[in-house]
Amino acid sequence: MSVAIIDCGSGNLRSAAKAFEKMATKTTGPVYVTKCPDVVAKAKFIVLPGQGAFPNVKKGLDSIPGLRESLQEQVVDCGKPFLGICVGMQLMADVSQEYMPTDGLGWVPGEVSKIDPNRYLKNEDKPLKIPHMGWNAVTIYDSDHPVLNNIDNGSYFYFVHSFQLKVKKKNHLIATTDYGIMITAVVGRDNMIGTQFHPEKSQGMGLRLIQNFLTWCP
Amino acid sequence: MLTVRIIPCLDVKDGRVVKGVNFLDLIDAGDPVEQAKIYDKEGADELTFLDITASSENRDTILDVVSRTAEQCFMPLTVGGGVRSEKDIRNLLLAGADKVSINTAAVQRPLFVQEAAKKFGSQCIVVAIDAKRVDGGDFQVFTHGGRRATGINAVAWAKQMVDYGAGEILLTSMDRDGTKKGFDIPLTKLIASSISVPLVASGGVGSIDHFSEGVIEGGASAVLAASVFHFGQVRISEVKANMSALGLPVRL
Repeated sequence: MSVAIIDCGSGNLRSAAKAFEKMATKTTGPVYVTKCPDVVAKAKFIVLPGQGAFPNVKKGLDSIPGLRESLQEQVVDCGKPFLGICVGMQLMADVSQEYMPTDGLGWVPGEVSKIDPNRYLKNEDKPLKIPHMGWNAVTIYDSDHPVLNNIDNGSYFYFVHSFQLKVKKKNHLIATTDYGIMITAVVGRDNMIGTQFHPEKSQGMGLRLIQNFLTWCP
Repeated sequence: MLTVRIIPCLDVKDGRVVKGVNFLDLIDAGDPVEQAKIYDKEGADELTFLDITASSENRDTILDVVSRTAEQCFMPLTVGGGVRSEKDIRNLLLAGADKVSINTAAVQRPLFVQEAAKKFGSQCIVVAIDAKRVDGGDFQVFTHGGRRATGINAVAWAKQMVDYGAGEILLTSMDRDGTKKGFDIPLTKLIASSISVPLVASGGVGSIDHFSEGVIEGGASAVLAASVFHFGQVRISEVKANMSALGLPVRL
């Protein structure tokens, strides 16, 4: 038993690992930051964080022999609890338009596109600052979701992103946030959940979400 | 709605806080981690460490500080001061920092910012700009704590840094820094309205009202201050209550 945090070689995993280490218990087992397909196969919980550009993170994932296959097998076939964070959440989609069209894992039908700073603005409004950076409140649609247990509608989480995932199926949309335009905050289906925000940076509420995830039995 | 970020900044020298709050229940007021925990509890939205360690042999002390802080504070952490190479950035990120701020090294070699943003992502690259009004009314970029003029126009520089991939600009007014007269509003407004990324205003805060001025009049997305928090003159919760009363979105 263990928690595998997948390392796609894209920057800062230390920060994520520390939050998961804090919430890990005897039941979850130790937390491993790993590129190794076998470690992913043995894990009970799988986390895919991700920072930087979508194509780089995807390339990082694809460059390690057997890693993507192991992820697919463990999450889709075996149904292990999976959490994608930020770009890790965006990777759950079919495709991203960041820099160039890049295929995602195709687990949650939808597309990742740039947040348009001018869309829906009224005349007197200034363009939105991109990245969408800071603490924003979430509107929860699926309040019965076990990973959002004890997290109130309107709770604040820390976001930093310039692209967003738009899902095709309404029932995959679990929470949104309001940045003048509506932004997807949480997506999920079956044993998979993804957050656009960073729970590992979101103080108490973020730690609660991580704890919920680490006790999730989908 | 996205909230205004209130960011306390801690000056760290040789691994110790130079100016810190001195609450009675603090066991070690010079320990950056103890200070970070206080700000964490008080509702800070982010935390910034400015490393002012002068000697090169003590430069690694900041890594230990970052690492110990990241174990206890689960909020965004930015580190600035002496960030000169990709190796510096990597080491800080591996220690647990979320963003790094680059100042002098960007002026010396602007392409460093482009390379860093490409490698680590814009979300973790902050460019810090120290600006000062010069004869003729323009704002110019200064380095070395405001002592060295660069001849670079501050607005053009901010735009260039955003083009190069900076995800955020931390703007400090060298005319106002340490004066407690409030942010340099014309400067803040000028830069904030010229760039597409968020601007963090810094330099000159002396009272609660100054924070909201930086946002309402200056157009800043976030406000940073050091000494008003350190000396306990102003509490983060008071700043947020004041902003909220003025209709600004804050995380209470």
